Amino acid sequence: MDMKVAKKLGLKERYSLMTRDLAWDTTYQPMDKVFPQTTYEGIKIHDWDKWEDPFRLTMDAYWKYQAEKERKLYAILDGFNQNNGHLSVTDARYINVLKLFLGSTPPLELMAARGFSMMGRQMNGAGPRVACQMQAVDEYRHFQTQIHSISNYNKYYNGMDEFAHQQSRMWYLSDGKSFFDDAITAGPFEFMVAIGFAFEYVLTNILFVPFISGAAYNGDMAAMTVGFSAQSDEARHMTLGLECIKFMLEQDPDNLPIVQRWIDKWTWRGTRKLASVGMMMDYMLPKRIMSFKEAWEMYVEENGGALFKDLARYGITIPKCFGQTIEEKEHVTHQSWIGFYMKPQATPFHTWIPTPDEMDWLSEKYPNTFDKYYRPVLEFFDAQEKAGNRFDNKTAPMNCQVCVSTMKFNEPGDPMEMCFRESIYQGEKFHTCSDHCKEIFDNEPEKYVQTFISSHQVLQGNCEPDGTDVNAADFKPGQNMLDYWKLDKRALGDFNGSEDQKNFAAWREQATKN
Amino acid sequence: MSNAFIAFQKNDDSRCIVEAILEDNPGAMVDDQPSMVKIDVPNRLVIKRETVEEKIGRSFDLQELQLHLITISGHLDETDDEFTLSWNS
Repeated sequence: MDMKVAKKLGLKERYSLMTRDLAWDTTYQPMDKVFPQTTYEGIKIHDWDKWEDPFRLTMDAYWKYQAEKERKLYAILDGFNQNNGHLSVTDARYINVLKLFLGSTPPLELMAARGFSMMGRQMNGAGPRVACQMQAVDEYRHFQTQIHSISNYNKYYNGMDEFAHQQSRMWYLSDGKSFFDDAITAGPFEFMVAIGFAFEYVLTNILFVPFISGAAYNGDMAAMTVGFSAQSDEARHMTLGLECIKFMLEQDPDNLPIVQRWIDKWTWRGTRKLASVGMMMDYMLPKRIMSFKEAWEMYVEENGGALFKDLARYGITIPKCFGQTIEEKEHVTHQSWIGFYMKPQATPFHTWIPTPDEMDWLSEKYPNTFDKYYRPVLEFFDAQEKAGNRFDNKTAPMNCQVCVSTMKFNEPGDPMEMCFRESIYQGEKFHTCSDHCKEIFDNEPEKYVQTFISSHQVLQGNCEPDGTDVNAADFKPGQNMLDYWKLDKRALGDFNGSEDQKNFAAWREQATKN
Repeated sequence: MSNAFIAFQKNDDSRCIVEAILEDNPGAMVDDQPSMVKIDVPNRLVIKRETVEEKIGRSFDLQELQLHLITISGHLDETDDEFTLSWNS
């Protein structure tokens, strides 16, 4: 039988037919009533058809490639787990990276899945709707695969099983939670700048590229495969964020000041969130690959700089905070690690003093700051610990009303002075960690007065395990914090002397001898 | 002038893709890192389907790049024959 084979369509035609061509304008209700959210932020859009996803990925191709990524990922996970993967990492300190990652990252991926599902509904144009739907599915995949990749470790090591409970309650997880809560309660265009630009472009490049390359160096094939698999989607996500920014700027000149304010705000919020990722690279990976400072220069200063230079043709200027972030890159990871070290009874992961050769590595990577400001502190703590007096700060931290970081970062230009700012709103005083967070607060105080800060809430009796009588005569707020957080007591304290340290050594011994 | 860049997981397919990039982009710089490879090219980086097919010895759909991709920098334009990243500055 003769069959006429039609010529295969080109990528551009296929994309157009499978996305825009399948969409329609509503007639029972006017379009602006069906899509009411895209106007109230003040962004003016005249022609949604001008939006084109540069990846031109259609749903059928999407499923094909995502399925292939999943098959690869789970084959590696199975192989790793079947081959004593939990014992093949460089040393047991590494596992604490996973504990911090598990609490901080998968829950945010889930929030991103929710957010992009909303965007897939709220955006008027077919192009962004399809791309947002794909991203929502991606984010859900990341949330699940990250948990799967760590579940094998959870069978052997302490402190991982209550991460979902802890996400909304733990003091140090509040910064990431507030980042997403802030984004998802904003309008759709601000959400796209917050997540599509700041989170994907600024944050994930550092979290999933040099940090995951570091995980590979430390023998963690599970984190490596899951991180790179996630990042292969992120390339698409960054493109979507960038496309959204260009689209807004091209549609109407009135959009410029709004977009600029969002870029300023979210670049800063992303930077604050990065301090703990950087700390993982500089202090928690036993085998280091690159310092946070080097990663920052490569992915934020150069790559972000290239983007801002490119957007200058629309009138976009470099974010106001950029200068401060460059100054802070030599400080924030040390300040973060020291901050966590001081709270051994309040995190489900261990902390420790770097070994002498690790301190030398830090001196080499941070020649301007480490020996001058941070080595003396760490050496003092080390001597105290050896004298049986391990530092344990039992006080509640003071937090920034915007980014919810604990107050620990320095005054610009003065590393010996802690920075904080004050704003008065409706007669009440609110504290922020920096000029940039203060500016964000002052612009929308009615939003940020609602921030959940556990060190405030505990004093109001809101951080107690179920069944606590907060009106009892002998009630003291904060006494039951460990139970409220469901903290595994075996996961507390210094790494030295921990059960994880002993088990890892004993099991590795068993695994290599008969 | 800013660099456009792309990074891949290291494997046999991406080795051929990197070879193709080096051939088609004079001035390309390779940064070998644990389990990944990053290639920077000033201003504009192009991946040509034909060159990749020649290196890999089979037909190649440029969307297969998705499987090995880690990160990109630059504005993207994708057609059946070319995958291009570029900066306008």
